[in-house]
Amino acid sequence: MLEDHRRSRGVHPPALFAAYASTRLRAPLRPAVPLPPGLTETTGPRPAAERVLAAAADLTRDGAGEPLGERIVVAGRVVDEDERPVAGTVVEIWQANAAGRYSHPDDRHRAPLDPNFRGVGRCLTGADGGYRFVTIRPGAYPWRNHANAWRPAHIHFSLLGRAFAERLVTQMYFPGDPLLDHDPIAASIPDPAARRRLVATWSPELTEPEWALGYRWDIVLRGGVSTPLHAAEGPG
Amino acid sequence: MTRLETPSQTVGPFFALALPWAAGAEVVPPGTPGAVRIRGRVLDGAGEPVADALVETWQAGPDGRFDQAGFGGFAQCATGADGGWEILTLKPGPLPAPGGGVEAPHLDVSVLARGLLVRLVTRIYFPDEAGANAADPVLSALDDPAARATLVAVAEGGDLRFDIHLQGDDETVFFEL
Ligand SMILES: [Fe+3]
Repeated sequence: MLEDHRRSRGVHPPALFAAYASTRLRAPLRPAVPLPPGLTETTGPRPAAERVLAAAADLTRDGAGEPLGERIVVAGRVVDEDERPVAGTVVEIWQANAAGRYSHPDDRHRAPLDPNFRGVGRCLTGADGGYRFVTIRPGAYPWRNHANAWRPAHIHFSLLGRAFAERLVTQMYFPGDPLLDHDPIAASIPDPAARRRLVATWSPELTEPEWALGYRWDIVLRGGVSTPLHAAEGPG
Repeated sequence: MTRLETPSQTVGPFFALALPWAAGAEVVPPGTPGAVRIRGRVLDGAGEPVADALVETWQAGPDGRFDQAGFGGFAQCATGADGGWEILTLKPGPLPAPGGGVEAPHLDVSVLARGLLVRLVTRIYFPDEAGANAADPVLSALDDPAARATLVAVAEGGDLRFDIHLQGDDETVFFEL
């Protein structure tokens, strides 16, 4: 297993990607030191009780009325590289509203806030690793990375996984978005096939008649690094 | 392997909408006997504070076991305008190392921020564990004493200080898992 621990090289972006300006002063310039996974890396936090209690998989129910925009279902499975389901893990998402504005005080984009949309969701995966959110399709928004720069529509995802080594924070994109090919953040992923794995697929099965379009997006966490807590706890 | 891993992307500037949680920076409540406050700043390559980072820590309990009743072992703290973060926790016990030997007490750390396309991973070791640190296989694999020193917290007025230099002469050692 130790020989495997760097097998995912090439999947993830490099630290420094000059086209994404914020990496220039933030990316470490020394090579990362290989860390053979030990107990601290192969174990991880269980979902905190308050996170589970606050589960809110329907982002369209925050206000007195319905948020504006195109209602969508985003669903899929969280699995590892061996296709084993990652059950009972917290999936957290945040996103802009349909106009491309986050309900965050630092977002200065001149687009309207939606009093009925906060853009924050959370759910627990089921026994098959499945998750499902109901939300609004986020709008594209401008950012100051370069002249006339626009982020493609995206939803931010955060997963703790089963082990510290599995922690994943990423973004889901939408199929057919013309901005995707011009986005330095997506382009930082060196392998085009890996980049495409961040793009959801429109799904007739997930689409609900007279109600919402459905998009399928599976999340694959690295495998081979999780130790069941009972094994990590030693005798007793 | 039948499925290929999902690539990482930056957490962006607005993660505070969803992460972290109130009181997420306290592994143990204030007043817990033996509680230690670990604080520090996240600084960029120009020495400027990184005010939009999220620091996460994960660790064993004092007995070297993980996620026991009353001790979750996980903390999250967003940095403030000065790049500062702090957590309240208990010092973990030593652990068996994967290749044999003993790992000195340590916390694993993730740093997430705008401009970090993949989270950075580092470790916090304890300054009062010179002997255990000298025998720790991860620390002792680092030849440069200055590099090793970036991983050891500094005692400061009863607290521990652990600054994270993302880039530059004092760059913290980051790990590839
Ligand atoms: Fe965003």
